[in-house]
Amino acid sequence: MNPRARALWVAGSIAVTALIVVAWQLVADYGGIPPVFLPGPDRAWRALVVGFSQGELAGLTLATVKRMIYGWALASLAGIVVGALIGSSRIARDYIAPMLEMVRPVPVSAFMPVVIAFLGFSSNMVLVVIAIGAIWPVLLATVHGVSSVEPRLVEVSRSLRLGRLQTLWKIALPNSQADILAGMRIGLTVALVLAAIGEMLTSEYGLGFYILIAARGFRSADLFAGVILFGLIGLVSNLALQEIERYMLRWKRR
Amino acid sequence: MKLAKAVVVPAALLLAWEFVMRSRGIESDSLAPPSQIAVAFVDAMLDGTIPRRTAETLRAALGGLAIGGGSAIIASVVLGLVPPAARLMQFSIEVLRPIPAVALIPVALLVLGFGYRMEIALVAFACFWPVLIYGHSAITNIEPQLIDVSRVLRLTPISRVTKIVLPAALPRYFVAFRLATAVSLIIAVTVEIASNPQGIGHELMAAAQSLHPDLMFALLLWIGIVGWGLNSLLLFAQRRLFGAAGAAVSASP
Repeated sequence: MNPRARALWVAGSIAVTALIVVAWQLVADYGGIPPVFLPGPDRAWRALVVGFSQGELAGLTLATVKRMIYGWALASLAGIVVGALIGSSRIARDYIAPMLEMVRPVPVSAFMPVVIAFLGFSSNMVLVVIAIGAIWPVLLATVHGVSSVEPRLVEVSRSLRLGRLQTLWKIALPNSQADILAGMRIGLTVALVLAAIGEMLTSEYGLGFYILIAARGFRSADLFAGVILFGLIGLVSNLALQEIERYMLRWKRR
Repeated sequence: MKLAKAVVVPAALLLAWEFVMRSRGIESDSLAPPSQIAVAFVDAMLDGTIPRRTAETLRAALGGLAIGGGSAIIASVVLGLVPPAARLMQFSIEVLRPIPAVALIPVALLVLGFGYRMEIALVAFACFWPVLIYGHSAITNIEPQLIDVSRVLRLTPISRVTKIVLPAALPRYFVAFRLATAVSLIIAVTVEIASNPQGIGHELMAAAQSLHPDLMFALLLWIGIVGWGLNSLLLFAQRRLFGAAGAAVSASP
């Protein structure tokens, strides 16, 4: 497809989204749904503008994004370190990896009551839960990546007499970069979900708490503004990570 | 031998946990020795708490999966067979998909109130996207020759879908549903923990809040067993039904 046709299609698909927004407006105005339940896009937009210019939406969004990124960074770091240790050792793979596979199918939010029981309703608790939840995709991807290095590369490292750490750093980790980055992308999504839930449960300052309060107060415009912001955070963080992935893996495409 | 190695570490950890708690005489509101957890598990199983709560959770999870996954099948067939529709919907899908289902919990609460309806609606929203994305790629990955065959046979559009497209895409759809099943359980439990007063998630939250660590850990264990069981069941079915085709799809989504 030539670039011009592609641009036209993109424009068309944006137009479809615009049509959906118009339909939303019409349903909100004439659909007979009480405005308490469904605000039109006009009211949601006004709530966003007012919230950013006079209210605390910017601060709330920042708090949630910070929480998400801190927890995710913690999880990614721990996941890569632990995953590399397990993946690079046969013994650890035999003895510890099966246990990890057993913990993995537990829905991560189920750990939340347990962590609350230990740490109480605090922002630390939210951070810990995010880290526990977001570590799995990274950890398992690292184990997989590190343990599936091409045999010839392993032979190379042996003939170069690299130590275990050096092999890990120079061969196994670069080799599993794609797996790790893919795992980190999933981890970031998990982190956002857990940040939202954690804020709702603990009433910590953030967007999750904000939308819960908005719903309780029947302020549907504010509620939708918050949901839109959540969508935006998800979209932007995912796109950003995609770009980082592309940049970091550029050596692979050659 | 492999199994023995896999069991050693967890068994040793459990024993150490039990031993430390007993020998030090630790009384805790947040931790219970494994033996007490086992007793609590059997009790909750026998008095019907676990079976009843599990049925509630599974009803909501599978109901939502059926609605969300079902509508995603239809949508993905349309998008797959009509490429202009896929291109036109692309932006809308990219914008809607990143909204975390849990961010919609307050919306669902406001509109639908507590109960099955809000939980099912949220599960359906969450399950819609993976099935749509996988299904779409399943259809666009069908051998072009198969479509040619359907043209040569002059099949009507409907029988083309039911006789050629869906059977050819079936392994990928199955994988999509397997992943969506995990999502459905996660969302159902999450919604129960966050707000909805029913199901295992709520029971777990209640056990933690009322300082019953034995029951809390028993329920956590049970949620893990349910998730693991569902996934193994579907993996088994996938191997049985599709053999190598299913494995190939799982490896390269």
